[in-house]
Amino acid sequence: MSRLLQWIFGRLPIGWLQLTHKRGRFLAALSGVAFANVLVFVQLGIMNSMGTATLRPYEFFSADIMISASDANALAEGGNVARQWMLQAFADPDVTAGMGLFVSNVPWDRGGKDISFTTFGIDPAEPGFLAPEIAGKIALLQVQDVAILDRLARGLTRDEAAAIRPQTPLSFETQNRTLTALDTFAGGGGFGGDGFMFISDQTFLSLFPSRSSGAPDHILLRVRPGADVAAVTSRLRGLISDPTLRIRSYADAAQEDLRYQQMQRPTGLIFGFGVLIGVLVGLVIVYQVLSADVADHLREYATFKAMGYGSRFFLGIVVEEALILGILGFLPGLAVGTAILTLMGKVTALPLGMTASMAIMVFVGTVVFSVLSGTFATRRLAAADPADLF
Amino acid sequence: MGSNMIVEARGLSHWFGDGEARKQALFDIDLALPRGSLTVLMGPSGSGKTTVLTLLGCLRGVQNGTVGLLGHELHGASEAELTALRQRLGFIFQSHNLHESLTAMQNVIMGVQVRPGVPDELARSAATQALGLVGLSDRLDYLPANLSGGQKQRVAVARALVGNPALVLADEPTAALDKDSAATIIDMLKRLGAERGTTTLLVTHDNRILDRADRILTLEDGRIVSIAGGT
Ligand SMILES: Nc1ncnc2c1ncn2[C@@H]1O[C@H](COP(=O)(O)OP(=O)(O)OP(=O)(O)O)[C@@H](O)[C@H]1O
Ligand SMILES: [Mg+2]
Repeated sequence: MSRLLQWIFGRLPIGWLQLTHKRGRFLAALSGVAFANVLVFVQLGIMNSMGTATLRPYEFFSADIMISASDANALAEGGNVARQWMLQAFADPDVTAGMGLFVSNVPWDRGGKDISFTTFGIDPAEPGFLAPEIAGKIALLQVQDVAILDRLARGLTRDEAAAIRPQTPLSFETQNRTLTALDTFAGGGGFGGDGFMFISDQTFLSLFPSRSSGAPDHILLRVRPGADVAAVTSRLRGLISDPTLRIRSYADAAQEDLRYQQMQRPTGLIFGFGVLIGVLVGLVIVYQVLSADVADHLREYATFKAMGYGSRFFLGIVVEEALILGILGFLPGLAVGTAILTLMGKVTALPLGMTASMAIMVFVGTVVFSVLSGTFATRRLAAADPADLF
Repeated sequence: MGSNMIVEARGLSHWFGDGEARKQALFDIDLALPRGSLTVLMGPSGSGKTTVLTLLGCLRGVQNGTVGLLGHELHGASEAELTALRQRLGFIFQSHNLHESLTAMQNVIMGVQVRPGVPDELARSAATQALGLVGLSDRLDYLPANLSGGQKQRVAVARALVGNPALVLADEPTAALDKDSAATIIDMLKRLGAERGTTTLLVTHDNRILDRADRILTLEDGRIVSIAGGT
């Protein structure tokens, strides 16, 4: 290590020698940096998984344009949209198909622990609006009170889920009706519910008698292949005379939902704040360690000054120390962070885990912030006056 | 200035403090150090010996008078010029001021490395040689904590001399040492100075050293009151 640093800096690795000379303090500093890293990793991991979980249901469908009520910030939020606007949209020559999408939470009371399914009521005659994995199964929904269940739902054991097949269906009570699950798909638990479920729009309406077939929660549209989605969307805004409706490309709708979850929902803000705290903790720890180290060595630094070393040399020592702390503190932080996220993912059935981009981002952040607080710490160097040495 | 003079100061005065507290420490000092000489600077406590050393050593700015050092005028010189000049000097302090985290060898290497572009191997061999000259060949990889007081001061001497400085400034380098160690250090300085033509200015109260000096300057209340030995 010493030789490597000697080669990198072209001088004795004084920072390394100085740090490792006080082993106890060095280890404490490394654990501090590692701790800050873990904090940031966990918060970022949760934020990431919130993003993944938010976008996950959008992947179940295949659509080009989505029409929603003005207050529908997320798939399962907000008012409904009159079906008549779908018919009006067909007036545009590029719009080739449409489907009403019903969304609501359906609880399954399992005696003490409920499973809450984010439930989609769809038209079983429109497989084209569904992702291939699900599209192949929705013909089953033509039978009343049939459901396709999320086999990754929280609260459903893997064995239970694996047993669900048309030959061995699973029936359960909800909203005073009996639903029969004939098949499963891979959804995944999110922050809003434990999992997902598909039923036909007819079954949906019988579960929720107050809802009307004329007013689904969203309207999905598909356009002619090769048509410009943005152009069709803006034409539809002129064509549909209710100005309060949100008429967006399907991709935009997903991204706006994500932004809403991360920037406006309190949970998103809390996790964002957690990242900030982690960064601050790291900054303070590195600053404390390095400025204490500078203070401890003022006499040595003054001696070096007397010998003719300039300010760049001292900045170099502190930057060297900051890099060592940042890099060596990051590694255990990465290991512990990965372990914690993996464990949390297992326990919560949320898509939690370490990603390469997260690791790179935190690494770069750690190094940059370490060097930054190191440069702050060098302000104390001014106190090293070689004239006081004699 | 005479080419044989490493240092030539004229009318050097120095003040500390501001306003009411302003106090003159040096009065109109004239002094010249010929190349290769060992000059001892004596005087009672507070007479200004250290102040002279810090001014000649480019550790303080010259306020009044002129100081020529190695052909450069110090009065009005920039911080960068002073730093560059300091690289050509050797300092020995009353306490050794070794870096506790560096071995004897590494401490001495710091005295070479200050000049940019010195290859690693050259720095090492110079440091090994310097430590050999002060009799510490068998202590190269010792940390200061594992050396005796006299040995530490010898490392400090090696550090000051390793870069072949034109001028060595030493302020009571033997004050903290026992009699034998003190004599060893001074003999070493004298011998190395003679071998390499190094000029030395040494502050001391130690009478045992006086007979080894080429010249003795005595300061009192900021003025030079006597010069003994050659001029
Ligand atoms: N940094 C300073 N600030 C204010 N006054 C100072 C400072 N350094 C020295 N002095 C004053 O200047 C005068 C000369 O001090 P100097 O340290 O040069 O004396 P000295 O001969 O080295 O004494 P000693 O033998 O005790 O080391 C003294 O009166 C001292 O109080
Ligand atoms: Mg003094």
